[in-house]
Amino acid sequence: MKAYFTYFKLKFMSGLQYRSAAWAGIATQFFFGFVYVMVYIAFYESGEKQLPMNLHQVITYLWLNQAFFALVNQFHKDPELFQMVKDGTISYELVRPKNLYFMWYFKILGQRLSNVVMRFIPIIFVTSLLPYPYGMEGASNVYHFFLFLCSLMIGTLVVVALSVLYPIITLATMNEKGIVNVMLSIADILSGIVVPIPFFPLFLQKISKYLPFQYISDLPFRIYVGNVSFQFGIRGIFIQLFWFLILVFIGFSLMKRNIKRIVVQGG
Amino acid sequence: MSFIEVKQISKSFRVAKKKSGLKEAFKSFIKREYQIVKAVEDVSFSIDEGEIVGYIGPNGAGKSTTIKILSGILTPDSGECQIAGMIPWKNRVKYVKNIGVVFGQKSQLWWDIPAEDTFDLLKDIYEIPDEKYQSTKNDLIKKLNLEDIINIPVRQLSLGQRMRCEIAAALLHHPKILFLDEPTIGLDAVSKQLVRDFIKKINRENHTTIILTTHDMSDITTLAKRIILIGNGKVLYDGSLKKLKNQYETKTTIMVKTKDKLNIRKKGVLEKIKTKDGYQLVIHLKELSISELLTILSRKIEIDDIEIENESIDDIIVKLYEDYQI
Repeated sequence: MKAYFTYFKLKFMSGLQYRSAAWAGIATQFFFGFVYVMVYIAFYESGEKQLPMNLHQVITYLWLNQAFFALVNQFHKDPELFQMVKDGTISYELVRPKNLYFMWYFKILGQRLSNVVMRFIPIIFVTSLLPYPYGMEGASNVYHFFLFLCSLMIGTLVVVALSVLYPIITLATMNEKGIVNVMLSIADILSGIVVPIPFFPLFLQKISKYLPFQYISDLPFRIYVGNVSFQFGIRGIFIQLFWFLILVFIGFSLMKRNIKRIVVQGG
Repeated sequence: MSFIEVKQISKSFRVAKKKSGLKEAFKSFIKREYQIVKAVEDVSFSIDEGEIVGYIGPNGAGKSTTIKILSGILTPDSGECQIAGMIPWKNRVKYVKNIGVVFGQKSQLWWDIPAEDTFDLLKDIYEIPDEKYQSTKNDLIKKLNLEDIINIPVRQLSLGQRMRCEIAAALLHHPKILFLDEPTIGLDAVSKQLVRDFIKKINRENHTTIILTTHDMSDITTLAKRIILIGNGKVLYDGSLKKLKNQYETKTTIMVKTKDKLNIRKKGVLEKIKTKDGYQLVIHLKELSISELLTILSRKIEIDDIEIENESIDDIIVKLYEDYQI
C-alpha cells in the first residue's frame, strides 16, 4: 500500500514543478469561464421561463467547473502512460512486484490532484469577488457543503477509474486515438462539463442517468449550489460508490487480460 | 536442475503486412494481411547461479524478446522456463522481486525528479527495510560514482550519468538475477569501462547471475566467459568465448619492418606483400603458429620491428553471422 502512495506522491511532486503550466491553465480556465458565464447570462436575459436552475446557481456551477477542471475533466490523457505503452517503457512497469492497475491508478490520481491544487484556489478566490451576476456564490448551506466535499472526493475516484481505462485499452489497440477519443468525447458531453445536466433534453438526461459520467462533477456541483435536495445527494453518493467499484473491477480485469497478450514495441 | 532452465521456448508475433502506395493502403484498409514473425523458436539453455552469460546476435535476432520472456513481461507461445524455482510469467509479481532489469534503450527513472527520488520509490515498491536500503544505496553511490549526480533532475543528466543511475536503480533490492539489455549502448569509453568494472564487481561480490545482451563485443570479452549466440530466433552457439575464438580465429596478419629481402615459401603463409619498409604477411594459424613463423623470420632476416594483428572479436562475430547466414 505504501508503494502506491509513493507513486501518488512522486507524481504529485513532479506535477508541482510545472508552475508556468499552472498559470497558463488558470488563464485558460478564466477565459472559458467568462465565455460560458456571458453565454448563460445572455440566455437568461432573453426571458426564457421555466429554466431548470436559477441564474446564480448556473454561474456558480460554471465557475466550479472551471476551478476543478483539472480534477474532473474527461479529456485527461496522462501522456506518460500512453507514451509508455507506445514506446515499450511499460516493460519497466511489468518488472515491478506490484499490481500495474493500482500503480497507474495512483499515478493518475496524483497527477490530477497536483494539477488542481495549483489551480482551484486562485479561481475560487477571484470569482467570489466578482459582482453579481458574474461571480461565484457560497454553498447553499453547511450540510450541502459537506455533502459536496464528500461527493467531489468520490467523484474524483470515479473519474480516475475512468481515466485509467484508456491506457489499458491502448495496451490492446496500440493507439490512444480512435476508440479512446470517441469514448472521451461521449464522456465529456455526458459529464456536464459542456452543458450542465439539467439543461439536457429529457431523453439524454434519462440515458446519462444510467452512465457514470454525471456522477463525477455534475452531482457534487449541483449539491453545492443547492439544485438538488440533501436526500438526492446522499442517494447520488451511493451511486458514485457503485460506479467506482464497477469501474475498478472492469479496469482491473481488463488489465489482467491485456497484460497476458501484451506485445512490447521497440526493441 | 539449473538455476535458470529454459526449454524450447517459442514466441511469434503477428505483424500486419502492408505494401507501400495509396492503392495498397486502401486494400489493407479493407482486408488486412498478417504475417507471423517468429521472434524466438525452440530456444533452450540453462544457466548456473553466479554465471555471467553474454547473449548476442544481430539486430532482430530475438535477444530482447528472450530477455522479456525471462523477466516475466511476455508470455511465450510454448515451452517451459523455470528460474529460481518459479515460472516467470505465471507468478510475475512474486518472481520479479528476484530480478533486476536494465533496458539500455528505455528509462526507469522519473524524468522530472532527481534519481534519488526514484530510488526512494523503488525502496517502497520492493519493500526494502530502511537500514538495508541505506547501506545498499550508499554502496552503489560509491561504486558507481553517483554522489554528484543523484540530486539533479534526471532530464539534465548525460546519457552516461543516467545509465549509471539506471543500473543502480536495478540493484537496490539485491536481485539474484540481473538482466542487462544493451547496458552500454551509446556510452563513451570511460563510462563503458566503469559500467563493466561495476558489473564484474557485483557478480563477484554478490554472486549475482547476469545475463547480458550487447552489440559491443568488448563488453563480452571483458565480462562473459560464456556466450549464447542467437540468430533468427534460434540458438546457434552456446559455449565459451575461447572455444569460439579458436574455431574462428584462423588467420592473422603480421607486419614486419626490415631492410632485408625476405624469401619465404612455407605452407601456411597465405600472402606476402611488400610494403614501404618491410612486409605484410598473412598466415593460417592452423598450419603455422606465430612462434614458428618468428623463428623462421629471425633466422632469415634482421627484424627492426614487428606487429601482430589479432583478429578482433568483432571480425569473428561477423564471420560467425556470415557462416550461419543471419
